[in-house]
Amino acid sequence: MTLAVETYPTLREAAQALGDRARYLGGGTLLMRAVNYGDQSFDRIVRSREVDRTVRSEGQGIRIGAGATMADVLASRDLIALHSVARIVGGPAVRNMATVGGNLFAASPYGDFATALLALDATVQMADGQNLPMESFLSGRARMRGIVASVTVPRVGEGEFRFAKVSRIKPKGVSMMSLAAVLPGVGSGRLGDVRIAFGTMGPTPLRAKAAEQALRGRGLTDAEIEPALKVCCDGLQPADDELATEWYRREVAPVHLKRLLLGGRR
Amino acid sequence: MARTPLTFTLNDAETGVFVVPGSNLLDVLRRGAGDLTPKQGCAQGTCGSCTVLIDGVPHLSCLTLAETVEGRRIDTTGGLAGGPDLHPLQQAVMEGFAAQCGFCTAGMLMAAKALLDRTPNPTRDEVIEAISGNLCRCTGYEPIVDAILTASARMQGRTA
Amino acid sequence: MSSTEFRKDLFADERDDTLKEIGKPTIRQDILGHVTGRTKYFDDHLFDGLLHMRAVRSPHHHARIRRIDTEAAARMPGVRRVVTAKDVPVNLNTLLSLINFGRDDEPLCAHDKVRFLGETVAWIIADTEREARDAVAQVRVDYEPLPHVLDVEEALKPDAPVVNEVYPNNTFDYHGKYDHQKLRFGDVNAAFARADHVIEAEYQMSPIEQAPIETCGAIAAPEQNGRFVCHTNTQALFFSLGTTAKLLDTPSSRLHFIGGTAGGGFGGKVDSIVEPTAVLGAMLTGRPVKFAWDRYEEMQVGAPRGGERWRIKDGVMRDGTIIAREFTGFFDSGAYMRLSPYAIIKGTGHLPGPYSIPNVASNVYCVVANRTPATAMRGFGITAVDFSIECHMDRVAEAVGMNPIELRILNAYRDGDMKAHRRKAKNTALIECCQVAAGKAGWSISADAMAQSSLRGGGLGERGAIPETATDEEGRIGERRAGRTRDTAPSRQPTGRVPAGHAGQAVTAAPVQNPDMEIEIERIGHRIAAQQGAAPAPRAPQPPAGQPTPPRAAPPAAAPQSSYAPPPSPQATAPTYQQPPAPTPPPAPTPPTPPAASEPYKPEQPFSRGVNRPGTSRFLSGTRRR
Ligand SMILES: Cc1cc2nc3c(=O)[nH]c(=O)nc-3n(C[C@H](O)[C@H](O)[C@H](O)COP(=O)(O)OP(=O)(O)OC[C@H]3O[C@@H](n4cnc5c(N)ncnc54)[C@H](O)[C@@H]3O)c2cc1C
Ligand code: FES
Ligand code: FES
Repeated sequence: MTLAVETYPTLREAAQALGDRARYLGGGTLLMRAVNYGDQSFDRIVRSREVDRTVRSEGQGIRIGAGATMADVLASRDLIALHSVARIVGGPAVRNMATVGGNLFAASPYGDFATALLALDATVQMADGQNLPMESFLSGRARMRGIVASVTVPRVGEGEFRFAKVSRIKPKGVSMMSLAAVLPGVGSGRLGDVRIAFGTMGPTPLRAKAAEQALRGRGLTDAEIEPALKVCCDGLQPADDELATEWYRREVAPVHLKRLLLGGRR
Repeated sequence: MARTPLTFTLNDAETGVFVVPGSNLLDVLRRGAGDLTPKQGCAQGTCGSCTVLIDGVPHLSCLTLAETVEGRRIDTTGGLAGGPDLHPLQQAVMEGFAAQCGFCTAGMLMAAKALLDRTPNPTRDEVIEAISGNLCRCTGYEPIVDAILTASARMQGRTA
Repeated sequence: MSSTEFRKDLFADERDDTLKEIGKPTIRQDILGHVTGRTKYFDDHLFDGLLHMRAVRSPHHHARIRRIDTEAAARMPGVRRVVTAKDVPVNLNTLLSLINFGRDDEPLCAHDKVRFLGETVAWIIADTEREARDAVAQVRVDYEPLPHVLDVEEALKPDAPVVNEVYPNNTFDYHGKYDHQKLRFGDVNAAFARADHVIEAEYQMSPIEQAPIETCGAIAAPEQNGRFVCHTNTQALFFSLGTTAKLLDTPSSRLHFIGGTAGGGFGGKVDSIVEPTAVLGAMLTGRPVKFAWDRYEEMQVGAPRGGERWRIKDGVMRDGTIIAREFTGFFDSGAYMRLSPYAIIKGTGHLPGPYSIPNVASNVYCVVANRTPATAMRGFGITAVDFSIECHMDRVAEAVGMNPIELRILNAYRDGDMKAHRRKAKNTALIECCQVAAGKAGWSISADAMAQSSLRGGGLGERGAIPETATDEEGRIGERRAGRTRDTAPSRQPTGRVPAGHAGQAVTAAPVQNPDMEIEIERIGHRIAAQQGAAPAPRAPQPPAGQPTPPRAAPPAAAPQSSYAPPPSPQATAPTYQQPPAPTPPPAPTPPTPPAASEPYKPEQPFSRGVNRPGTSRFLSGTRRR
């Protein structure tokens, strides 16, 4: 099963060349690991000379090229809200390589950036022109064939986006769990359409819809968030792995959500 | 087996090799170009001992598809010393007992060099962040952080 | 910056203060290579035509191997050789056979069954690593999964699956007699009966991977003159050489091992697996062969510090004096015995920790289960029990309502105190350590505790004497499996007594081969300065009264340093471990399963190369000079 590397001039051509036993190369931080460890599920690596690493404002949102690395995100003033997310992905060398596009495909325990994008209700643009909301993109991810060209992130108000990564190793470790929340109306004391996403609590990042519902119209006080904490694991599918057991993850999810919502206050 | 020609600049030298498709850069540097300074500790991105600079920016060579460095500039610890003179980072690591088995050292030095190239006067926290992707099993990190700060001070003409 | 403080005020008269290097910064001799990247690790030796060897590994904890089909793998591109157990000349070894310890119990390559997840069942040698991996994926192994056991105490139950037929009771056989290592000193049961408090607790340490940044690996290549060079990162070069010579049935003179540079080891690079494998590959292909573990293998099959479980029971008086301490310990040795049985002997010599306790009993089990074999790591054999002891000391302090540091000072051993292994403590310093630590931590302790000294009060009266000792015969080999012994703790019903003052019998694990290698007790420790001037004559042999004449090779001065519990009766003189391990396992109620008919490698006669001196390892060669 010798590997072949194919390089195409455009993303579109690369997308057409993909097949069952081919993988598109982003930054390679996950793909090359699979290559090094002899993954038998593919034998073609598809590259494109057209790599979009740009970040720019577009209408109501910000468009991030799928080839943008975490370092590119950190260098962009438009994406200050997402700096807290990009900063916790791996060490500096990983951040220079890891792309936003690749993060959308990263299996648990990775995918911190995708978790944030899910909470932010981003839209995914495929190379063939198709547009998909993050949530449907993620639920169809396993069967996905094609290349992501970019993602568009809606703007959020000051202080409305929150993110936390819980890991066991300092300063750098993979997520035992990551949490992202968009809290419209947080300044007014009454929350609007809240969106909460958990990473590493299922095969893909997942929304905690029951908790979102329970927070609507409430404020961020101990008493008012209590019902949301109770149901925050509804619909999540945590599993046992090397980092934690399913039981442990279910036990601590409300604790971490509480910390995220109350902003460090206990 | 079909091989692909590949050219790049390695520590100031024009280098050409033939690579087996799918090879990682670390393998190509070590076995193809004969630069044995980057080390393989994990081949999965977690240890950092294979860190090299591509166009001045730290990358994990074990996770870099060799074909992607065509025409680019690669720096390794092999090119750090200027002739017989050690780089201040090397000097500081040597004097400060910042290497024991030495297996992580080449990668550490590259991560540290990338930091000092960009941030000549880093804070201790910035140093820790810069080497946070590089594991060392022997030293407990403190001497390494100290050595990087010492080197920074010397390069800026300060005393540590 | 780290700083070292020297407390030269402590034990000032025990040292001559002419230290030239200690306390002063120094430049490592190998550091220039490290900072320039020029240090040559095993993988930094380039060979033309290097081949890559990868292992096919078991996905099961325990399974019978019905069939291995390597046909498809052999046809894969780049494959030079498929290697299976049949290709290993002497496919059975135990790591410490080089010092005549234990029975051969571990194949380099599994053939009849696999006993832990990740065990080797075959290898592929190919032109590139990728091709080797691709071919490994094509090897089809037909397994019949067997029930497995992963917990040390489960493995001791009569109905537990037999993991390793060489040790059919799932325990190492100690001294040809017991399924555990015993230590008996005084009478713990009598002491528990009169103690004001009895405090019991259990402590568990999980296995710990040494995780060196460089994984285990070796490159072997044919040299001229029929020799094979092997570049390796082993921590034990001659050990690996001897093991390779034995497994490959080749004189050690044909092996040229080059090592000494390892990218970290911490104990994880002594097991001598990659070296015989790489040399075997080079022998079979006539080409340079690299065999190295990837990170996954290092974590999964690289031997960790084994897990340990300890139960400690203390009898304590109201004032905090500990009058009895009992241990029940379980070492998770994994599926094979490597260094754990030996670690237990070492660990038992350490009990009951740095404390002077007049009654001590301990049972420690070296347990075989379907787990990754364990090996050395820093503080080998001592770490977990010390952790447990110190946790327990805090628990005792809580129970008697005492300052934990004062409790330690009260019970600390002092120079001249008799230790449970019947050797007097010397160069003790726990009291001073506690005093300094209390000061540094700002933890106030009483003036009385501050006034104590390791140099005073030790060895007085009973503290310096061997007490009358209660003994028992519980836990003879095989009893547990037959359901006749349940309890794992030291016996509640002693059946014998050894008179006070009896030092027990010397048991040497292996006879000293060369008088030059004998340890001179008087030369150990830091009282050298005093002796250097005086240049004392070696102590004359003085076997304690009532002691059976020590066996031939036992060094006179070493006689009283037995780490073995006294035998039930002074007449029992048969020394264990004087003979090389018998080719057949000693009596056990469950006979080992007879080798399967297809099993081709069990050596019929003992391997005979290298030095052939009765009673010594055949794989050691050369003389040792001082
Ligand atoms: C040491 C280390 C630490 C890490 N830490 C973190 C962390 O903290 N948080 C985290 O989230 N992740 C982490 N990762 C995982 C990984 O680096 C990131 O998830 C990264 O964003 C993946 O992107 P990539 O460009 O490297 O993906 P690649 O490895 O290039 O690709 C991954 C997968 O996505 C597919 N793919 C990539 N780009 C596209 C595209 N545009 N369209 C379609 N398919 C595509 C590839 O075919 C492949 O299947 C870590 C990895 C390492 C090695
Ligand atoms: S070898 Fe590249 S990060 Fe470990
Ligand atoms: S010096 Fe050994 S790993 Fe860093």
